[in-house]
Amino acid sequence: MADHKNFHYTKEHEWVEKLTEDTVRIGITEHAAEQLGDIVFVDFVADLDAELAKGDEAVTVESVKSVSEVYAPVSGTVIKQNEALADAPETVNAEAFAGGWMYEMRLSDASELDELLNYDEYEAFVAEEEA
Amino acid sequence: MYVNEPETGKHTPLFEYYKANGVRLIDFGGWEMPIQFSGILAEHEAVRERAGLFDCSHMGEIEITGSEAEGYLNKLLTNDVSAMSIGQAQYNIMCYPDGGAVDDVILFKMDEARYLLVCNASNTDKVYAWMQENNSSAALLNNISDSIGLLALQGPAAIRILKELTDADLDAIRNYHFIADQQVVGIPHVLISRTGYTGEDGFELYLAADQTAALWEKLLAAGEDYGLLPCGLGSRDTLRLEAGMPLYGHELSEQINPLTAGLGFAVKTKKTHDFIGKAALAAIRENGPAEKIVGFEATERGIPREGYKVFAADGAEIGTVTSGTQSPTLKKSIGMALLKAEASAIGTEIQIEIRNKRIKATIIPKPFYKRTK
Repeated sequence: MADHKNFHYTKEHEWVEKLTEDTVRIGITEHAAEQLGDIVFVDFVADLDAELAKGDEAVTVESVKSVSEVYAPVSGTVIKQNEALADAPETVNAEAFAGGWMYEMRLSDASELDELLNYDEYEAFVAEEEA
Repeated sequence: MYVNEPETGKHTPLFEYYKANGVRLIDFGGWEMPIQFSGILAEHEAVRERAGLFDCSHMGEIEITGSEAEGYLNKLLTNDVSAMSIGQAQYNIMCYPDGGAVDDVILFKMDEARYLLVCNASNTDKVYAWMQENNSSAALLNNISDSIGLLALQGPAAIRILKELTDADLDAIRNYHFIADQQVVGIPHVLISRTGYTGEDGFELYLAADQTAALWEKLLAAGEDYGLLPCGLGSRDTLRLEAGMPLYGHELSEQINPLTAGLGFAVKTKKTHDFIGKAALAAIRENGPAEKIVGFEATERGIPREGYKVFAADGAEIGTVTSGTQSPTLKKSIGMALLKAEASAIGTEIQIEIRNKRIKATIIPKPFYKRTK
């Protein structure tokens, strides 16, 4: 299993795992999942093959009490969705950094990854937000 | 994505407990309250299968005393207060002259000339002002909300847990009845009421505010072997929704009268006493309400939420969702909606607009969940 300490992160609490030179896997962080509470529905707003610009809505995550958007952290094309979440959305709570992944993208500009936070920077951001 | 931590808000007697135990609090109508302790789904299941304990101390309590109390309450409330016996609790609506609701309340008959009215927390000031404004008789009113704590122990194991802590004859308390002045683990003057807002058997315990934290901890300890969980407002809402119970501000409001809300059982337009809103409600009853609160279940994937628009199968807009959730017990999306009366028949196929698409749903009878034991 990939070590999430090597992932890229956003201030919107998403993680981005680089799979190959031009493909990534995206999910929400453990911290985000914990804040949301029990996740009961993952709705793929962006279809397969959809071309997303950085910041476009990709997925809607619903907990019992809330509805939250997951935005594309980088630009590219949706190439895969985690269909297992349709029947087991609680996987996002149980393993946010692994089985709870949401979708994969083919990057249109790999250099966008450099703009994201690393693990330590994300942790510091969360600590600051909590303070 | 984040709930703002309120800087200032009203606190229940359990606030220090919440702080000491790192319980996350949210703003609920001006009150700092827990939305969950261990998780909404786990808490919901605990109440359905075993037991859950809720802090409801934010609710308002108003005492009405004097020989004029019954007549005064009969004028103020839609149900027939004359029909109550001492030790009985009664569900009631307090209405404006046009039939719109000031609030829905539970009335306890303590004595021939003494009643306790329990209202929704965020409506307490409005209810008390309305009660004072319409008090032409000599009834004495006292808003004692700040001095009263309220814990709700709900679920099939509630009675066994409470029996560990009191000698009070709990089996003798019928549904919507209570016994006052009971002793529970050495705490005196506890009112034990067989009422609740979850669709399960259970009790509500009214007591002095300064004893509430002690009772909370003792109930949690006594309930440990029974699988009792402390529960927040999140599961309180999913439980009441499955039980088809209205929530003020959603299914009942100044705009949504009790007949529209389907609460006709508590609106006694034939009682001898005149009451505020009677003429309007009698006319609505005569002609049928123009809109109705209905229950629905989604037949396609998606979670209907408050405010989402509802459409008929032919595409015409017919109303709005008032409450909706993924039902933890039934494992499907359910909700209530305010629909045009002509489009509200049981079995009707409707559509609910969720973000960029419409999903199918069917109007079904409430409650969605009914306990079997």
